[in-house]
Amino acid sequence: MTGEEIGKVVEILLEYLVPTLKVFGYTLLFSVPLGMVVALLRMCRIKPVSWLTSLYILIMRGTPLMLQVIVVYYAVPYLKNSQAVPGLLRNFLSQIDIRADSFMLSAILVAFTLNYAAYFAEIFRGGIESIPKGQYEAAFSLSMTKTQTFFRIILPQVIKRVVPASANEVITLIKDTSLANVVSYAEITLKARQQMQLYSSLMPLFIAGLFYFAMSLVLTVIFSFIEKKLDYYK
Amino acid sequence: MAVLEVRNLSKSFGSLEVLKDISFKVEKGQVIAVIGPSGSGKSTLLRCINQLEKADGGSVCVCGMDMLQKNKSGKTVYADNKILREIRLKIGLVFQNFNLFPHMTVLKNVTEAPIRVLKMPKDKAESLALELLGKMGLEDKANSYPYELSGGQQQRVSIARALALNPEVLFFDEPTSALDPELTGQVLKVIKELADNNMTMVIVTHEMAFARDVANYVVFMDGGVIIEEGSPEQVFGNTSNERTKQFLSRYNQG
Repeated sequence: MTGEEIGKVVEILLEYLVPTLKVFGYTLLFSVPLGMVVALLRMCRIKPVSWLTSLYILIMRGTPLMLQVIVVYYAVPYLKNSQAVPGLLRNFLSQIDIRADSFMLSAILVAFTLNYAAYFAEIFRGGIESIPKGQYEAAFSLSMTKTQTFFRIILPQVIKRVVPASANEVITLIKDTSLANVVSYAEITLKARQQMQLYSSLMPLFIAGLFYFAMSLVLTVIFSFIEKKLDYYK
Repeated sequence: MAVLEVRNLSKSFGSLEVLKDISFKVEKGQVIAVIGPSGSGKSTLLRCINQLEKADGGSVCVCGMDMLQKNKSGKTVYADNKILREIRLKIGLVFQNFNLFPHMTVLKNVTEAPIRVLKMPKDKAESLALELLGKMGLEDKANSYPYELSGGQQQRVSIARALALNPEVLFFDEPTSALDPELTGQVLKVIKELADNNMTMVIVTHEMAFARDVANYVVFMDGGVIIEEGSPEQVFGNTSNERTKQFLSRYNQG
């Protein structure tokens, strides 16, 4: 490839950085709070709730994310032709254009969020359970409410403890966004493949690789900064 | 009116009876030392009174509020949550392992409850905290984090934290057991000063010399029952109880 062609590829991939970052950003935005909720449900004292949540986590972690994306995406065309689905829901589904970017993104986000929430939930649960019982007892004997205890005493300590493991997940996520190409969502990996075919060259793939590498690097720097910031106590 | 009145308190863990029919009273200004061998139920008694464990039977009354009592059908029931919380405010607790909040400075450890629970204005809570820390000899540590302090300093912070809610009675659960002898002295000195200022206190301790010196009432527990109680002179100097004698002789040898 000529220098000019490489420049063009870089330009195109830069443009498709936006959909990649959309999958990344929205997944984080939704899966972190959902993960916290799932962690709390998993620790719920009502046994059936805890069991159901465990089952959900088991399935999400036990099956490939790519498969989950495909299932969510193709569920729509399948369900809208199924007689088992109530008419009202079928009507709604039949209005969806599965080739629309917005639908692709929604389906991807549903699968990614459900999957990542399961992983985050286990990290958060580990963090919450690692806080000594004495912290709860101290807050209790100071007459703090349960909400105050959680948000003022427990959560800040949990955050510090889960940062390293969460960093791992977040860095994995930026690379997992490439799985979105399985439903033809136009993001960096899909575009790099198209450019590869167009120029009959591996170069676009290497450039895409550099993009992911650079983003992982930025995330690593951000997380080591956060870890340092939280280092003010032990 | 007694600050605290416990009657016929019982508590079991499974088939193990940890507290059997415990009754005692704490009057205002009293300093009570609870002594006894490990596993005698001292800490469980203190944890039941502080609502950290659920008692099975008996009654507990704090400053005229019933925390635990028999209802008409003879079942032992706890008061509603609002009253239980009110009662916790009257009782301060100092833990063996301090249980300071590690992510907060010393000052914030002390001001957190007054600000969040009593809704005290921040500046007022801070001046109160600084005053209390001053009494503990820690005014210069206000902006340190707990990990930067020695165990004795941490324990004094936790005493200041408990005092910040202005409790009617302060409980200590073996406050010096996690400390070496040198640091123990600092903490005991502070407790003695509180006693001199007529703070009502119940101290579970293994420090016999301290119990004798500071307490004006001593309770000796063993096997979940109160074996003997009375003035320090009586329990330490003049006991006729064989079990008490046996227990104390081991300490006197050591």
